[in-house]
Amino acid sequence: MTPPTASPTATADRRARPRSGPRLVDGRGELSGAVTRALRSGGPPRYAPESVLEADPWGEDLQLALYLLYEPHYRGFDGVDDAREWDPELLRLRQALETRFLHALRSESSDAPRSVEEAFAPLLVEPVDLSGSLSHHLETDGELWQLREYAALRSLYHLKEADPHLWVIPRLTGRAKAAMVAIEYDEFGAGRAERIHARLFADLMADLGLDPTYGRYLEHAPAPLLATVNLMSLLGLHRALRGALVGHFACVEVTSSPGSRRLAKAMRRCRAGAAAEHFYTEHVEADAVHEQLVRHEVIGGLLADEPDLEGDVAFGCAATVLLEDRLARHIRDAWDRGRSALRTPLPPADAPR
Amino acid sequence: MPSTPDTTPARGGAAAPARRVRVDPEGPVLVEGPVEIALDDGTIARSDRFMVAVCTCRRSRAYPWCDTSHRRRERAAAPPEEPGKPELKKHEEPGKPGKPEEGNPS
Repeated sequence: MTPPTASPTATADRRARPRSGPRLVDGRGELSGAVTRALRSGGPPRYAPESVLEADPWGEDLQLALYLLYEPHYRGFDGVDDAREWDPELLRLRQALETRFLHALRSESSDAPRSVEEAFAPLLVEPVDLSGSLSHHLETDGELWQLREYAALRSLYHLKEADPHLWVIPRLTGRAKAAMVAIEYDEFGAGRAERIHARLFADLMADLGLDPTYGRYLEHAPAPLLATVNLMSLLGLHRALRGALVGHFACVEVTSSPGSRRLAKAMRRCRAGAAAEHFYTEHVEADAVHEQLVRHEVIGGLLADEPDLEGDVAFGCAATVLLEDRLARHIRDAWDRGRSALRTPLPPADAPR
Repeated sequence: MPSTPDTTPARGGAAAPARRVRVDPEGPVLVEGPVEIALDDGTIARSDRFMVAVCTCRRSRAYPWCDTSHRRRERAAAPPEEPGKPELKKHEEPGKPGKPEEGNPS
């Protein structure tokens, strides 16, 4: 299968001056367009109030709008005043969009288990049938262009890996706090900048000929990918959702090791490079430790302190499964038709190897 | 001095903190790192992680470190009890979320 390629014009716009943050991208509809214009102009977002209620909660417009409204809490955007992070008009719109997103997540996972044990039991067994698994596909049949697309998509999270989860720490105490900090310390390289997981991912991107600049592939990322990152930001920024953040984090840690093992094999088979392989082999071992701590200490400690949060922990897990399944289906549907899973295909090589 | 199982620090209170180990009955032994493991072939495996998950099931492909290979396989349905009876499908409860199709690292 030959990789879908970008038209030459897609790569043309590169600015020479140093940026103060990622480049702001164009809107994909009324809401995201309003956010982009508001961030560029410094004025309030202008949109019809009913457009919030009419927007598809899974759609490109709402998910990009949310993503753009969260980003000022991380790195901001080039040319956008840092103070916009706490602009009341932007926050008002963010809250309205979050309500739609959260409602959609709760509706779609209404049949999901309410107990932690039931929520995690299916994640703690290895499936016999891996035919629907994206990482299994990449391990056995993946091609280098697919690994590049996968990494470009995931870069929206991995270049800020573990950042959204840090926000939960002031809301935890005792065992849960100690274990969460210990895991995050590991994510951030245990005191060594060259071992920060986000840095390991940047090295992976360089191996794959991708540009490791933060936010570089935002314009390529479709709604199903944005939703997975928006979930982390949503849960991380709201103390009221601390139980769900912990459930989400635990779900990611529990499912990571087997998936990472398959992706490490995929990188090796496609000769992607030593750093590309290392990112995933590192996660096989790291997350085998993290999943133990997050289940026993973080969830265990949190529920010992606040037993009423059990339903929220289970919800955070279910929402993660839901969004990862949607993303995997989106990617496979595109690839099975020989098409790019990105909104616009990648240029052949974005960085020297 | 008699040797007694004691959890209190030695007199003076300046004893080094004991290394804490957690045993997962169905999985690895968690040991505070760094850890060195002397292997049967005479080599030493070392992990500098703050906490190290040591494989006890011996199925790990990253032995001596845990890679979650101790996990049970998804339960396949029992073979049909009588010939001619349709084979049961793989164990799966309707309405419950499954495993995420992708295990993305955190």
